[in-house]
This record gives sequence, C-alpha cells and structure tokens, in this order.
Amino acid sequence: MAEAPRMPDEIGVRDIQEFLHPVMKKNYGNWKYHDRPRPGVLHHVAHSGDEIWTVRAATSRQMDIHQIRELMDIADDFAEGYVRFTIRSNMEFMVSEESKVQPLIDALAAHGNPIGGTGNSVSTVSHTQGWLHCDIPGTDASGAVKALMDEIIDEFTHEEMPNRVRLTSSCCQINCGGQGDIAINIQHTKPPKIDHSQVGNVCERPTVVARCPVAAIRPAMVNGKPSLEVDEKKCICCGACFPPCPPMQINDPEHSNFAVWVGGKHSNARSKPTFHKLVASGIPNNPPRWPEVSKIVKQILAAYKADAKDYERMGEWAERIGWPSFFEKTGLPFTKYHIDNWRGGRANLNASAHIRF
Amino acid sequence: MAKQMHDTPMLDQLESGPWPSFISGIKRLAKDNNIAVDLLGQLETSYETKKGYWKGGTVGVVGYGGGVIPRFTELKNEDGTPKFPDAAEFHTIRIMPPPGSHFDSKTLRSMCDIWEKYGSGLICGIGQSGDIMFQGCSSANVQPFFNEINELGFDMGGAGPAVRTSMSCVGAARCEQSNFDEGRAMRTLVNNALDDLHRPALPYKMKYKVSGCANDCMNAIHRSDFAVIGTWRDDMKVDQAEVKAFVENKGRKYVIDNVITRCPTQALSLNDDDTLAVDNGNCVRCMHCLNVMNKALSPGDDGGVSVLIGGKRTLKIGDLMGTVIVPFHKMETDEDYEWLEELGTEVLDFFAENALEHERTGEMIERIGLTNFLEGIGIEIDPNMIAQPRTNPYVRMDAWDEEAAKWEERKA
Repeated sequence: MAEAPRMPDEIGVRDIQEFLHPVMKKNYGNWKYHDRPRPGVLHHVAHSGDEIWTVRAATSRQMDIHQIRELMDIADDFAEGYVRFTIRSNMEFMVSEESKVQPLIDALAAHGNPIGGTGNSVSTVSHTQGWLHCDIPGTDASGAVKALMDEIIDEFTHEEMPNRVRLTSSCCQINCGGQGDIAINIQHTKPPKIDHSQVGNVCERPTVVARCPVAAIRPAMVNGKPSLEVDEKKCICCGACFPPCPPMQINDPEHSNFAVWVGGKHSNARSKPTFHKLVASGIPNNPPRWPEVSKIVKQILAAYKADAKDYERMGEWAERIGWPSFFEKTGLPFTKYHIDNWRGGRANLNASAHIRF
Repeated sequence: MAKQMHDTPMLDQLESGPWPSFISGIKRLAKDNNIAVDLLGQLETSYETKKGYWKGGTVGVVGYGGGVIPRFTELKNEDGTPKFPDAAEFHTIRIMPPPGSHFDSKTLRSMCDIWEKYGSGLICGIGQSGDIMFQGCSSANVQPFFNEINELGFDMGGAGPAVRTSMSCVGAARCEQSNFDEGRAMRTLVNNALDDLHRPALPYKMKYKVSGCANDCMNAIHRSDFAVIGTWRDDMKVDQAEVKAFVENKGRKYVIDNVITRCPTQALSLNDDDTLAVDNGNCVRCMHCLNVMNKALSPGDDGGVSVLIGGKRTLKIGDLMGTVIVPFHKMETDEDYEWLEELGTEVLDFFAENALEHERTGEMIERIGLTNFLEGIGIEIDPNMIAQPRTNPYVRMDAWDEEAAKWEERKA
C-alpha cells in the first residue's frame, strides 16, 4: 500500500495579531495622529502616549532570499524584528524609539535600499510579472520599472510633488498593474496571428468566441479544419483570446508599443475615485532600458510638478486646467485616438461651452 | 557552485543605477542555483527577441485545485528539448500573508529556508493580488515545498476562477484613520470562503479588499468585486486648539486654499477666531481635511463600513468601479462581523449562480441591472447607491405607486 498523501491543513489567513510589533499590538485601534519627520519616515502617536517610527525602503519587488535575509538582519539589528510589505512592494521597518531611526536609515541605505515613498513623493511602481513569469507579456515590466526608477529616484527620496504620485506598469492592456496617477502599459497593436492547424486541437472554440469584447471572433473552417477567424477591422487587439487559445498569438515583438495613461486615483479624498486616461501611445518597447518611456513619464511629472496646486493629484490638475492645457504643458500630441469611441464613450465628450482661450 | 552562467549583456545593463536591481538578485542566486542560471538565460533571450516564452499548464497540490501558477518554457531546441532545462518548469506558488502583510523576521527567515530547499530562491513581496509569491519551482518540488510552508502555518492563495487572496490596509495596527478592525474583516471574509478559494469553480474571479477609510489605500473600489471601506456616522472630531495651532503655523491663506476650499461639499468654514466650523450633515467623509490637519481632525467614534460591489479592471466591458450597496453598517460587535460574513456569502453565492463564464460581478450587474442584483441578495434600495437618478425615459413604471408606498413605509 502506498503511503496516503499529506492533506493540506486548511489554515486560511492567519490572525494579524500574531505578527504585529508589540507597540502596534498594544495600541491596536487606538492611534491618535501621525506626522512625517522626513521623507520615508512616519511617526505615529497613540492615545496611550506610545510612539512608533516607520522607515519605508524601496525593494526590487522580486527579491532573492539572500537579500531578504540581509534585510531581516537589519530588521533584527537596527529595528525591532518586525516588517511589513506595502501594496507597492516597499518594505516598512518599525521602531519604538526615535534614536533608532537614523541608524536604521543608514543601514538600509548602505544595503542599497532607498528610503522614501511617503508623503508627496513618487512611490515604488506597482507592476506585473512581464517576461520573467507571465504567459502573455508584451514586455518586461520589472525591467522598465527598474530603468524608470533609476532616473526618477530623487522623486522617491524627496517629497516635492504637489501631492502623492502613484505609478503602475503592466505588461499588457489587461493591466494587472492597476490604475495610477501615471500608468505605463504595453499595448498590442495588431490582431492575433492564427495557427489554424492548431486551433481545432487546442482551443475550446465557443469559449474563445465568448471572450472577445467586440464580437470580432467567429468559428470558421480553414483548409477543411475547424478553426476561428478574426474580423480584423473590429479587433481591438486586447489579447483576451490568447489565454484560452494560444494558437491565436497576440504578442508581436515588432508592433507592441507602450502607452501612457494618467489621472487614475483610488482615494476618495476631495474628488471621487477616477480611472486613468490615455495620453500617449506608440512608445517603443526598447529593452533593456526603455529610454523613450522614461522620457515621456519625466515630461509629465515635470509639468505636473511645475503647475499643479498643493494637494492636487495628477488627474485633478488635468481636470482643473483642462485637457487642452494638459497636452500643451506636457508637449504631448493629441490625436483622434484620444477620443473615446468605446461603449458609453459619449460621457467623455464635452457637452458644454466650457472652453479656455 | 552552480553551472556556468550564460552571457547576459542586456540584463547586465539593469544592474547599474541607484534603484535596487532584481537582476543582481537573480545573479546572486545563480551562484549556487541552476534554476536561476537558466532563468537568466531565458530572460536574456526575451530581451533580445522581445518575446515571452512561458505557457501555462496544470500543476497543483493534493487536496487543492488552485494556487499554483504553472509555467513551462516554450523556448526549445530543434530536437524539442528545452534550451534552458533547469528553468523549464518555473511555477509560482502563491501564499497568503497575514492581513496588512505584517511579518516578523523569524517567519520570513523560515520562508526563505524552505524556499532555498525547493525553489529558485526568488520571492516577490507582494503580488498584485496580495500574495507573497514564491517564483520558480519545478513540478516535483511544488508538493514538498507547500507541505513545509503549510506546516509553518501558512496557506495557499487563490488563482483562476476562484475567490482570490485578499488585502487589507495597515489599518488599526498603525493608522489613526482606521474605522474598524480591518484585519479581522478581511480574515472573516476570506476564511469564510476558503473552499471557493482553494477549489476554483466560480464563473471567474471574486476579490474582497478592505480599506479602513475612504483614502482606500488598498485600491478596493477599483480593484475588487467586494470593497469594504471604513467610514463613520457621527460627527468628525475637531480639536479646536490644534486647529488654531495649525492656522498659526501655516497661515490663514494656506488653510483657506488647501483645506476650506478643497472640501468637495463646502462643509468647512474658518471662523474669525481661527477655529473650524464643520457642517457634518454635508460632510461626505472624503478624508481630505483629516489628511491635511491630521492632528486636529479625526474620524468620529461611531465607526463602520460602506460596501461597494463590482469593481474590476479592463476585461471584458472596460473598467468598472464598485457601486455602493451598503452605505453604512456599524462594525463593532461579533454580530457585526457575522453580518459581513453573511453578506460576503450572499454576494458570492449569487455570483456563482448567475454570472456567465468569464464574467465578473460588476459585468453581471451591468447585464442584469442593479435592482435585480439587490433583490437577489436581499438588500433594500437606497438613494446612496446612485450618482444621479435615471435620465432616460424608456422604462415601464407600472408599479410606481407600490414602490412609492414602500419608501413611505420605510420612512415611517
């Protein structure tokens, strides 16, 4: 008799209380206020009078175990043994005494982890897996992000923006990287190339037809075999057909470009949450350092930094000055592709006489 | 010593510059790990050809149906053998972190030790769904790796058409703007749906996300089918002495320009004596003034949540944000958390039974209409659910009188 396999222990999510810094555990739900002594450092004060300092350090998101162990050495030697990951893959270290803040910062900086990302700074880019691990990547989000952050690291370590700036990057328009003040996403621009000899064997055809958002795919017989065909005029090159049907190859090394979107905002502060809007497209997918992408992002950041009022997020700034001014101030071309013609797109047209001269 | 490194002239360029380099990390692993050596080989090829070379497949652990993201290389020699054999199987295993992604150093070290035995040594903290992701495992090592992580006390995350791993903000652990116990709410929702997390059988994803206030640091409204947003019902708390101190420090113009006039509902006014007047009946709890005058202004004591349903990104009908279905529910007692758990179940069950294949909750609601969805889950309509009433007249309103009577009855 073979040994019975080990069945999983269906633990689910562990209780947060098991992993909290003692000061955070003691004052759970009982904090009074916080301030920011310097970029990358938060200081929280509890009603009990207890205080905690948080130092936020950037990571490379994909980290090797040696690096994590070294960061844990820093956590033990210079902090108090507790860390947390932020939603943007920064690592936060908590200490209960102000005197420990500078030595911790020095240790992290010496290890190569920049300190910042709090307050009105550009925080680490939340991004997707890219060529490292995704099955439909048009680019390597990790590489493009590393190259971009090398150039704008000062905006991470300083708090000089009108408000916080959140960047995201995705390796296709499905956009697992999410909405951001600036979203940097690769865009497929050609319909899928179909290997008709494979479709009948590999793909569940009704599933593929159902998945197309614009009904551009229909069943067809090609060379006497069941396959699928694409109405190329209708096709929006989203790539949704590729995961259930790999013979519909969407990745195109030549024609996949970056597009940049701005004005996504998650917070409800002041204005309601918003989606990001297309501002630039046709940007070359140019590894290993993607200079054309970084250039446009820097152009947008510079215009925002120079012109926005305090506390205006990128989208709020564009709304206030008007989109014609946005394109003027950023130097980006406005094209017919910026005019929404998708379902419900009419809501994005100007139905007023609100025009600036 | 691992096998010889491949030439990686393009990746090498990502080692320069001040930002932490994931390539340097993988290279360090490659000194004694063949998976990392061959991963670099394949990645360099992608950089040269601008093509990805991973395809999916089916890999799992005993007892569960999901949680492993299988990846097999498509980069083959002419004889069909993999060009980079030691990274030919490069699966990611998703593991659920505690709420708020809080860790102690001992736990992360234990995770590193287990991963060193079985995988590439590459860890992503954290993925876009909130998992800590162990990237690069062979098919044979998935089960023994999971066994040890599971024995350490951690469970697999969600993948595929399933309940997904959730996220909650730092919340009550460190934030004065927390309005309830975010970690508990997140754990309540996910642990209640574990069967649907571990055994993917839903029409498509179901994501719960939890933020302690309307700043929504977890992006719940955009990025989850079931967004729990903290808020309060009584008046915001104002420490007038701190208001005065803030005005004195920053100046009246700054306060008027950046606090008073930025209130979206004009609920604020600066008094002649530099104290703050708040029209709480018109405050929408947007958080702006609390963010700016952090020490002077605080959420009220009567904390609870708003629930918004149906947020998602692009596919298939474009971006959707969550829609309010519960304007407020107090979150204090065990019964309140049970209520949240039941609401989570109702929404999940209705989605499981009524969504089409590959349709998210928000798309289902667009197809069937919000009122049908609300009837399905047993929630009464509320004017807080809309941005504005309908503008188009093409609708049958035969039962108008009965519906108006219901409203009067609820008011009574």
